[in-house]
Amino acid sequence: MAPLLEIKDLRARAGDKEILKGLFLTVNAGEVHAIMGPNGSGKSTLAQVIAGHPAYEITGGEIIYQGEDLAELEPEERAQAGIFLAFQYPVEIPGVTNAYFLRAAYNEIRKARGQEELDPIDFLDLLESKLDLVEWGPEIVQRAVNAGFSGGEKKRNEILQMAILEPKLALLDETDSGLDIDALRIVANGVNALRRPDNAYVVVTHYQRLLNHIVPDFVHVLADGQIVRSGGKELALELEAKGYEWLTGAVEASA
Amino acid sequence: MIETYLRQYEAQSADAAGLPPWLQRLRRSAIDGFQQAGFPTAKDEEWRFTPVAPIAGVEFAAAGGTATVTAADLEPFLFGHPEWTRLVFVNGLFAPELSSSPATEGLTATTLAVALAAEPEILERHLGQHVSPDATPFTALNTALSRDGALVRIAARAEIETPIHLVFVSTAEADGVAIHPRALVLVEREARAQLVESYVTLAPGARYWTNPVCEISMAEGSWIEHSRIQRESEAAFHTGFTQVNQWRDSHYRSFSLAMGGAIARHNLHTRLNAPNTEALLYGLSLAHGDQLIDNHTVVFHDQPDCRSWEVYKAILDDRSHGVFNGKIFVQPIAQKTDAKQTNRTLLLSDTAKIDTKPQLEIFADDVKCTHGATVGNLDPLSGFYLQSRGVPAEMAKRIQTYAFAAEVLEEISSAPVRDALDILVHARLGTVR
Repeated sequence: MAPLLEIKDLRARAGDKEILKGLFLTVNAGEVHAIMGPNGSGKSTLAQVIAGHPAYEITGGEIIYQGEDLAELEPEERAQAGIFLAFQYPVEIPGVTNAYFLRAAYNEIRKARGQEELDPIDFLDLLESKLDLVEWGPEIVQRAVNAGFSGGEKKRNEILQMAILEPKLALLDETDSGLDIDALRIVANGVNALRRPDNAYVVVTHYQRLLNHIVPDFVHVLADGQIVRSGGKELALELEAKGYEWLTGAVEASA
Repeated sequence: MIETYLRQYEAQSADAAGLPPWLQRLRRSAIDGFQQAGFPTAKDEEWRFTPVAPIAGVEFAAAGGTATVTAADLEPFLFGHPEWTRLVFVNGLFAPELSSSPATEGLTATTLAVALAAEPEILERHLGQHVSPDATPFTALNTALSRDGALVRIAARAEIETPIHLVFVSTAEADGVAIHPRALVLVEREARAQLVESYVTLAPGARYWTNPVCEISMAEGSWIEHSRIQRESEAAFHTGFTQVNQWRDSHYRSFSLAMGGAIARHNLHTRLNAPNTEALLYGLSLAHGDQLIDNHTVVFHDQPDCRSWEVYKAILDDRSHGVFNGKIFVQPIAQKTDAKQTNRTLLLSDTAKIDTKPQLEIFADDVKCTHGATVGNLDPLSGFYLQSRGVPAEMAKRIQTYAFAAEVLEEISSAPVRDALDILVHARLGTVR
C-alpha cells in the first residue's frame, strides 16, 4: 500500500530565511511519528508547511499526500482531503461560537466530498457526543472560539475539533507546550481514543513527556532543517537523557 | 433649494390653522431657523465629511398620495412577531390598518395627531423640548414640516414585556419625496420597555429622503432598550436625529444598525441630567457600493456619578465611506464620571474609507474617560485558521467579517430582535446562519 504521506527532499523558507533544507519523511496509515528537535530546528515549520501556512514558501522537493502533490492545494483543500493541524497557538475568534465555527468547517468538508451537510440541530448532537472525549460540558459549544480560553482549554479545543473533523493525517504542533499535567492527560487521552488503523499522527514536540502518553511508533530528530536521526520510541528517552547536543553536535561533525 | 421647503411650509399653514398656538409657534420658529441656516456646507465642522449637496440639490416633494402596502409586504420586517404593539407609517403617513395596538396596561402607543386632540398638554410639555428645533437645519425642517408621528408613553412602574415597534416604511410612491417622521417616547418613573424603530423600504431603488427626529424622555429609575434599524433604499437619503434626556438612576441602552441609504446620517445625543444615570450605545454600520454612512454621537455628562459606554463598529466594502464622530462632554460638576468610547472599523477593500474622530471635552478632574479608534483589515492568521479547518478562503473572510459584527449584535438584550438582526447581517455578508 502506498504511504499516506511521503516527503522528499523538502525545502522551505519564510521570507529570506531557509528553514527546511532537504527533509525526507514517510508516514503510513496507522502510525504515530514524533518529530523532536531543539528550538529553531524547523519542526513547527514542517507541520505548518504541510498544512499550507501562507508564511512559508516551498522552494524544493515535494510533499505527496495520498498520491497527490500538496503544493498545488490551498489550505482548505488540504483540510478537505483529511489533513488537520492542531495549532501551537490556536487563534481566538470573538463573535463566532465554537458550534458555528465547527459546523461551518464540518459542512465545507462534507460539501467538498459530495456528502450532505448537517443542519444545526443534527450537528449539535454530533458535537455534544464528542465533548466527553475532552471532558467538557455542553456550555463550551456556545462560547466564542478560543476567546478568553486558557492555554490548556485552547489545546483541548483543538482536540475537540479533530474529533469532529476526523482527519486522516493529524499534525500536532507542540500541543503539549504550556499544558499542566491534567490538561496533558486529557489531550493525550483524546488523541489515543481517536487513533485508528486508517489515520496517522505526526506529533511535533520539544519534550519527551508527551510521548509517555502518546506512544510513537517512530521518533525523528530534526536539526537545522533536516532529519538527523530516526528510531523507535526509545530514541526519545535517549534524547531526554543526553540532550539535543548529542545529535546536533553530530551534524556539525559530519558536515 | 430651501425655497421648496418654505413653499411646502406655507402650503401646510392652512391645515395648521387648527393647531394649538404653541405648536404653530414651534413650527414657525423652526422654519425661520431653517431659512436662516440653510443646508449645511462642507465648511460646517459637523458636516465636513458628509456632503449634503446631493440632498440639497433635489427639490423633494411633500409626502402625500396613496400607497398600498399589505400585511404581507410588511411581514419580513416584523421580527416574526406580528403580535407586538406596532405603529406603521407609510411614506410618513399613519397606516391604521397595518398597525396594531392591543390594550396593554401602562402603555399608550398612538399617533401625535391623536394625542394632540386627546392630551395636548403632554405634547406641549415635550414636543420639541428635548431636541432643540435648531439642533441642525434638518431637525428644524422636521419640526416645521412633520405631518404626523408616534407617541409612546410608558406609565410609571409599568413593565412592557414585548417590544414596541415603530415602523417607517417607504414605497415606490416615495420616489422624489421628503418624509419627516417624528417620534416622542416618554418613559415614566421606573418604567421598563423595549423600543424598536425601523426605517425600511419596499422600493430598494427609490430615491427619497427620510428626515426623522426622535425624542426620548426617561424619568427616574426608568430603563429602555432602543434598537434603531436603518434599512432605507440604497438610493435614498436619511438624516436622523435622536435626543435622549435621562434622569436619575435611568438606564438607556441603544443599538443602532445602519445599512441603507446613499447618504445616511444619524445623530444620537443623550444627556445625563442627574446623578447615577447610565447610557450604553452600540452601533453597527454596514456599507458597500458608494454608500456614505455617518454616525455622530454625543454624551453629555452633566452630573456626577454617571456612566457611559459606547462601542460603534463599521464594516466598509467597495467604495463606501464611513464617518464617526463621538463627543463626550464632562461638565465641571460631573465628578466620578466613567465614560468609555470605542470605534472600530473594518475595511474590506482598498477603496473604502473612514473618517473617525473621537472628541472628549472634560472639565472635571476626578473622572475616568477613555476612547480608542482602530481601523484595520481582516487578520490573515484567523483566515488561515479557518482555511486549515476546511473553510474556503472567500467564506473564511465572510465569517471573519461576521464575527466582527457579531461582537456588537450580541449586546442586544431582546432575543427576537437580536436573532432577526443576526439573520439580516448573515444575509448581507453571505454567511450561513
